[in-house]
Amino acid sequence: MSEAIDYKVIGTRPIRPDGVDKVTGRAQFGADLNLPNMLYGRVLRSPHAHARLTRVDVSKALEMEGVYAAISRADFPENPSDLGKNIMARDKVLYHGHAVAAVAAKSLICAEAALALIETSYEVLSPVLSLDEAMADDATLLDDECFTKNLPETPDKPSNIAAVMTLSRGDVEEGFEQADVIVEGDYNIPMAHQGYIEPHACIANINESGQGSVWTCTQGHFEFRALTAKVLGMNVADLKFIASEIGGGFGGKTTIYLEPLAVLLSQQARRPVKMMMTREEVFRASGPAAGTHCKIKVGARNDGTITAAKAWLAYEAGAFAGAPMGPGAMAVFAPYDLENFHVEAFDVLVNKPKVAAYRAPGAPQSMHAMESALDELARKLDMDPLDLRMKNAASEGTQAPYGPKFPAIGLKECLEAAKVHPNYTSPVPEGAGRGVAVGFWFNVGMQSSAEVHINENGTVTIIEGNPDIGGSRASMCLMAAETLGVPYEQIRAVVGDTESTGFSNVTGGSRTTFATGMAVIQACEDIIGQCKSRAAATWGVDEDQVEWEDGQAIPSPGVNADVKPLTLADIAGNAAKTGGPLLGRASLNAQGAGASFSVNMTDLKVDRETGKVDVLSFTAIQDAGTAIHPAYVEGQMQGGAAQGLGWALNEEYIYDKDGVLENAGFLDYRIPVASDLPMIDTQIIEVPNPRHPYGVRGVGETPIVAPLAAAANAIRDATGVRINDLPLSPPNILAQLDNA
Amino acid sequence: MSKVQITSSINGESVEFLCEPQQSLMEILREELGRMGTKEGCATGDCGACSVLVDSRLVCSCLILAVEAEGKEITTIEGIAGEDGLHPIQQQFLEHAALQCGICTPGFIVATKALLDRNPDPDEETIRYWLAGNLCRCTGYDKIIRAVQGAAKELAHQA
Repeated sequence: MSEAIDYKVIGTRPIRPDGVDKVTGRAQFGADLNLPNMLYGRVLRSPHAHARLTRVDVSKALEMEGVYAAISRADFPENPSDLGKNIMARDKVLYHGHAVAAVAAKSLICAEAALALIETSYEVLSPVLSLDEAMADDATLLDDECFTKNLPETPDKPSNIAAVMTLSRGDVEEGFEQADVIVEGDYNIPMAHQGYIEPHACIANINESGQGSVWTCTQGHFEFRALTAKVLGMNVADLKFIASEIGGGFGGKTTIYLEPLAVLLSQQARRPVKMMMTREEVFRASGPAAGTHCKIKVGARNDGTITAAKAWLAYEAGAFAGAPMGPGAMAVFAPYDLENFHVEAFDVLVNKPKVAAYRAPGAPQSMHAMESALDELARKLDMDPLDLRMKNAASEGTQAPYGPKFPAIGLKECLEAAKVHPNYTSPVPEGAGRGVAVGFWFNVGMQSSAEVHINENGTVTIIEGNPDIGGSRASMCLMAAETLGVPYEQIRAVVGDTESTGFSNVTGGSRTTFATGMAVIQACEDIIGQCKSRAAATWGVDEDQVEWEDGQAIPSPGVNADVKPLTLADIAGNAAKTGGPLLGRASLNAQGAGASFSVNMTDLKVDRETGKVDVLSFTAIQDAGTAIHPAYVEGQMQGGAAQGLGWALNEEYIYDKDGVLENAGFLDYRIPVASDLPMIDTQIIEVPNPRHPYGVRGVGETPIVAPLAAAANAIRDATGVRINDLPLSPPNILAQLDNA
Repeated sequence: MSKVQITSSINGESVEFLCEPQQSLMEILREELGRMGTKEGCATGDCGACSVLVDSRLVCSCLILAVEAEGKEITTIEGIAGEDGLHPIQQQFLEHAALQCGICTPGFIVATKALLDRNPDPDEETIRYWLAGNLCRCTGYDKIIRAVQGAAKELAHQA
C-alpha cells in the first residue's frame, strides 16, 4: 500500500453544508416547488403489456372545464427514437403502464378525472414476459424491425435479441481440460427497482416560442436538457434545466420520463405545469434493473488456480434495447487474473418497462453468478473461500478482462483485511451460516466543469453541475479546502443550473467526487495561480518568487522581500486594485477513473419453518482510493449493502400472466426496513488512485455488487443447500429446502 | 363537491384552510399550505416520509384526511427546531451523517421525536422496530440508528 499522505482536512468528517436545510424540511426536492398559476399534469397509461395502439383521442378531455392541455403521440415529432417512444407510445404499447396520453388541469383531482375522458382502442397482443420466451425461435416479436446487432453475419429475420457481445481470451476448452475440478451453475436474478424514496417530479414553464425552464429531480440536468430537447426537436439553448435536490436515484434518475410531457403541456397551456409520478407509476413505468439469466462454468487446479471460466449472460432490456450486458460481461471475471475465459451476453427485449441504470448496472447480476460458483468451487477444493480468491486475484499490472492493465488496485488489500477481520476469524454463530463474496466496479470519469469564486471577504463559493445525491457538496468543499489551504467552513458548494455553470455529465458512474472533484481542484489551482500573480504585483516581485502555503501567498525562500504574507481575504479585499474579482475555472473530460473492489461477508440465519432469513452481521470492506469524507464513504458502503441484501433476500418484480406488475408499491415490493438489518460494519481500504490528485476512486456503485452472492453463500453454508435463483425469499427458501 | 373549512393548529399556529373531503392531510400541507418539509414517497402509508404528529401521535399524513385535522394540533418537520436553533435530534442526524439524499430525513426526525417523547432511553431493537415504518434507501439505517441513540443521550444530558 502507498504511504499515507498527511492531509489537513481530507479524511475528516465535517457536517455537510446542505445539512441544515435537509433536517429542517427546507431543502426543495422535485415536488417541493409550486409556481403561480400552475397546473397539474397527469399521464394516461396503457392497461396492456403488449398491444397495438389503434386509437387515442384526447379531444373530449380537452373540452372538460379546468383542463388546459392534452397531448398524445400526435403532438410529438415524427420518426421517434426509442427514448421518444418510451416517453409516449406511438403505434404500440410495450409494457403495462406505458404512457399513451397526458393532460394538464387546474387540480390533481380535475386532471385525474380528465384522463377518464381520453378515448383509446387497442389490439391486444400476447406479452413476452421471460428471457426464455423472448429468445425462442418462434417468439412473438416486440419490434418487427429489430435485427440482432454484433452477429458475425447480418441476420435475415428480426428477433427480440437486440444485441449480443462476446469477450474472450485464451482457449477455454483447453483451460477446462487442465482443470482438476469444474463447477457449473445456472442463476436467475429478478428484475428489481432502485427504490429511491422520491418519485419522479418536475415543473415546466415554457413560453409561446418554446423557451423556458424545467425544474426537475435528476442525476444530471444537462443530460436531461439534451434528452428532452432531442425528443421534442427543440433547441437546448432555449431550455434552462434546474436540478432540484434529489431524493435518491441510484441510476434511475439518469434518464427522462415526465419532462418532455410537462414541456409540451406547458407550451400548449401557456402556464407552468407540475407533474409527479405516484409510487405505483414509479414501479410500473420508470426504469428498473434488468432481470438476468446467467450460466457460469469455472475450472481450477487442485491448488485453486482457475484454468478457465465461461459465462452466458442474458439481460432483460425491457421494452427497448439497452440492457447493461456490456458492463455485466466486462465485470463478471474482472477481479481475477485469468488466462482463459469466454463471455457471451445478450440484450433481450421483453414486455416490461425499459430498464435503467441501477448502481453498477449489470454487475450485481453477473457477479452474483460468478461469486456463487466460486463458493462452490472453494467447497469442492476444500479451500478457504478468501484464499481461493486471493490465489487468483487481480493486482497492479493484471490485464483486465475488458482490455486495459489495472494500475494500482486494492483487491488483495481488501482480501487480506477480510481474512483477519474479527467478523471472519470469530466462530460462526450457532445455527447460522457465513458467506463471502467479492465486488467490483469500473467507475468512470467523463465531463465536468467547476468554477471557484473568491468572495470579497475571502470566503469561497464553488459552482458545479452535479446534483448532490449523497453529500458531494461536502466532498467538493473538503477538496477545495485542502487545495486552497482555507478552512472548510469558509467554503460553500452550489449546484448550478444549465445556464449558470459549464456542462457536466450525470451524477453517476461513481464519478462525481472523482471527476467533478478534479475540476474543483483544478479551479482552485487556477485561483492559486491568480493569487500568486496578484501578490507578485503587490510586492513588486516576479510571479515565480511567490509560493502558496496554508491559504496565503508568501515570498519563496531566499527571496529578499520584506513583506507580510497575503491571505485569500487580503487578496480578495484588494482585488479591485490588482485586476478585478478572482474567478477560477476548470472544465475537463476526466481520464483515469480507478476501479474499486470490495469484499463483503455476512452471517445469516434461516428459519427452517418459515424460510425467513435473519441478517446477524454484515461486513463491507472496500477500496475507496482516498476517502475524502469517510462518513459518506461508509454511508455508500452501508446503503449499497442494504440494497444488495434487499435484492438478495426479498426484492423482485412479480408479473401476472398478462404482464401486469403485481407488486407495484412499497407494501408488496418490500425493501429492507430498519428492523430487518443489523449495524453494517465497514472497513475503508485506501489504495490511492494514481490518476487523481488526492487518490479518489469513486465508491458509490461497488457496494451493491457483492451482497447478493455473500447472502446466497451464507444461506448455502447455513442450510447445506445451494439456491441459485434470487430472491432468497421465504417461499423460495422453503421450496428449495423441501426439494433438497 | 363543495370544499370544507377546517381550523387546526400547525406548529403552534392557528391555520384555517379549505379542502375537498377526499384530500389527504399530506396533500393539503404540501399543495395548499406550502409546508413542503412533509415529503411524499408513496401516498399509501408505506414509507413514512410524510410523518407528522397529530396531537402528539405519530401518523402518516397521507393516511388521514385533511378534514380530520379539525381542532387538532399538528406538528410537522418545520415545527421541530426551537427558538434556540436545531433540535438535538436534527443536530445528531447532521453529526452522524445520518442522511444521504435527505428525502426521508424529515419523516425520520418526526418519528424519532415521537419515540423519544414516549421512551427517552430506547434500546437498539426498540429504535429499529419503531422506525420500521420509515423507509430509507440510501443509508442502510446504521447511521440513523446511531443518530437516534446520540439524540437520546443528548436529551438525557439536557434534562
